[in-house]
Amino acid sequence: MARFFDAEEISKTYPGVKANDRVKLSIDSGEIHALLGENGSGKSTLVKIIYGLLPPDEGKMLLNGQFYSPQSPRQARANGVAMVFQHFSLFEAMTVAENIEVGMDDPPSRSKLEANIDQIGKQYRLPIFPKRIVGDLSVGERQRVEIIRCLMQNPKLLIMDEPTSVLTPQEADQLFATLRELSSEGTAILYISHKLEEIRTLCKRATILRTGRVVNVCNPQSRSAQELAELMVGSSFAMASKRTPSEVSEPLLQAVNLSCKAATEFGVSLSGVSFSVGKGEILGIAGIAGNGQKELAAVISGEATAVGSLRFRGIDLLGKSITERRSLGLLTAPEERLGHSAASEMSLTENAFLTADQRMVLSKKGVIDWKKTKEFALSIISQFDVRVTGVDSHARALSGGNLQKFVIGREIAQIPESLVVNQPTWGVDAAAAAIIRQALVDLASKGGAVVIISQDLDELLEISSSIAVLSCGKLSQPKNTNDITRNEIGLLMGGVHGSTIGSETSGAAA
Amino acid sequence: MLEVEFPGINLSVFLATMVVAAMPVLLAAIGELVVEKSGVLNLGVEGLMIIGAVCGFIVSVETGSSIVGIFGALLAGASLAGIFGLLTQYFHASQVATGLALTLFGLGLSALLGQSYTGIRPPDFPVPDFGFLSELPVIGILFFSYDILVYFSILLVIVIWWFLKYSRTGLALRAIGENHNAAHSLGYHVTRVRLAAILFGGACGGLGGAYLALIRVPQWTEGMTAGAGWIALALVVFGSWRPFRVVFGAFLFGGITLLQLNLQALGIAINPAYLSMTPYIVTIVALVVISRMGNQTSIRAPACLGKPFDAPK
Repeated sequence: MARFFDAEEISKTYPGVKANDRVKLSIDSGEIHALLGENGSGKSTLVKIIYGLLPPDEGKMLLNGQFYSPQSPRQARANGVAMVFQHFSLFEAMTVAENIEVGMDDPPSRSKLEANIDQIGKQYRLPIFPKRIVGDLSVGERQRVEIIRCLMQNPKLLIMDEPTSVLTPQEADQLFATLRELSSEGTAILYISHKLEEIRTLCKRATILRTGRVVNVCNPQSRSAQELAELMVGSSFAMASKRTPSEVSEPLLQAVNLSCKAATEFGVSLSGVSFSVGKGEILGIAGIAGNGQKELAAVISGEATAVGSLRFRGIDLLGKSITERRSLGLLTAPEERLGHSAASEMSLTENAFLTADQRMVLSKKGVIDWKKTKEFALSIISQFDVRVTGVDSHARALSGGNLQKFVIGREIAQIPESLVVNQPTWGVDAAAAAIIRQALVDLASKGGAVVIISQDLDELLEISSSIAVLSCGKLSQPKNTNDITRNEIGLLMGGVHGSTIGSETSGAAA
Repeated sequence: MLEVEFPGINLSVFLATMVVAAMPVLLAAIGELVVEKSGVLNLGVEGLMIIGAVCGFIVSVETGSSIVGIFGALLAGASLAGIFGLLTQYFHASQVATGLALTLFGLGLSALLGQSYTGIRPPDFPVPDFGFLSELPVIGILFFSYDILVYFSILLVIVIWWFLKYSRTGLALRAIGENHNAAHSLGYHVTRVRLAAILFGGACGGLGGAYLALIRVPQWTEGMTAGAGWIALALVVFGSWRPFRVVFGAFLFGGITLLQLNLQALGIAINPAYLSMTPYIVTIVALVVISRMGNQTSIRAPACLGKPFDAPK
């Protein structure tokens, strides 16, 4: 029997890269099919082809036995193919109903549409108020809007691109319930993710892509996460070793009741943040981006001003400039690698100089020592396996993962007394992420006090010695990693602090 | 510009003149509002207005019909805006630089074209006959004393408000201005919609300029727009991209302009330079105050304003 959807021999070449190389993919109706692969493995090219955003160079697709070649997303939707994007394709200044209407080819009247939204919301447990402005919604609520927008068209094939990357574990469970319900009604779902655990609970079949080719089609439930990861990467690699919490040491970096007001209307205010990290400790700060992560990192680095107390080696930091803090041995690596961590139009040598000048003494009396700087840049490249043609490459020429290895490596190579990193492995493939995590663990074992702000809960559970959760600008009491459960963290991520229920959810732009 | 001969005597006459004084800026601003809602920042409004003024004037004089002149102005504004659209949407030139160049180009070209037309009076512009209605006290002056373009402009504002709020195309236009990548992935034609908006905005700017040269003044003087295009741009921003706030701003600007002219004519002992400043200052202050009130999300600029869009290949 023919599958509900079949893609055969799909190829797509970009200048210099074969993004898809004779890819085969088939999905049954009612099946939740996983599409696995690293960044740059060709997953997004493939789904763009299926959704009519890109024409394939070669190959053909069959939908329900019919020849299928959508020229536009509109045609794809007309054929019953819908897609929920990873980076939401929502319009923040418009209402929920308007957002849904704009994605429909033949919308009913506004009042009827609002009734439909309510009805679908009830049926699939996706409650949302149609008249709200999307800019005011939480990330989880925004995703509901995306899903409802797709469901309005009665899709036969629903594509979900990394849907849980922005959800709390509880929100993810709720999403899985919705997806299972859809699949039991016969909707085929193509589920793209690199979170192996969730794929193993949700999917019975997975297509694994690597450098544009299908390397395996298997049942993910019969494989271990390690095996799947190795299939994706193509080689075996070691997971970062867990940092065992050492004996309680003197706090090196300590914040007490740290507060700062949001700089913009979409920013988040920090209120009463307290934590302390000692030598050899790794404090993991969990939470969904947009809950004050960026602000916390900026307050620690000195880019934003705050009230309260922030001490490093007993010295009050709040009056100190960014450079003074760096000279003291407190380094920070912000979240955005291009434009914040690194200057895109400058070479790697120049970028190495920018943050390492004070600590590595790369200049004398205001004159840059290029030889020394170059050596330092080269040492980062070799130590962190940055794949690059040379130190003269511009930062923007590096792929996301490589640049991330470089900007994190640049701070770690300075062997700081304390390092604060924000989303260190965001958008980085599994092998590179493992290298970065291992380097952070190694830094801590050499006596560094490390703070990792991350959305990736698995990462924090893997390497940090204690975990706190940042939600709506408030930080929960840090707890030893061995004493905290995933469920507990999830509740904290959702903003359940016990005393602060009902506080406004943040609507920060993702 | 001194068509008010007896200052401050009659409120209804003052208000009626204010409406006329506001028209050029209003037309240009409402056009620019549509352009900016689609995510394009065209700083060349001043150039569009002056080109509309000179072309409308020349065509009117040569054909003897101001109505034909108006069409000339629409076409001239749209053509000049078309150059802007071509450069920014297809060749990805910087919107800011291109817009500024458009203003300089428009000012220069209009001076060249209009050389032999200074000091001529254009043909009269038709005023509709409302019969006894225009004889009514106060109401006659306030509502039934205008040329057809005023009624057309008011209608245009209402249509644009409705179009942006309720029509499907208007929704698509707003969506494109808000998030062009998302709109593209939903299958909307970002570049095409933006080009249409730019052409419409250009026609409106040209119309505003023609109103100045054919009705408000009416004659051709080099550089006669005197910064009206810049005020139109400011009105859109401080009017929070909402049509009726922009109209309010335009009327306020027109009103204060008249008032300061009246005061100057009365010989008030204030340096005329200060008086000439007041319309700009008062209008902007008033609109800033308005925009500080209410929900901050609803007064935001379109998120993609001024950002170039390059469709993924």
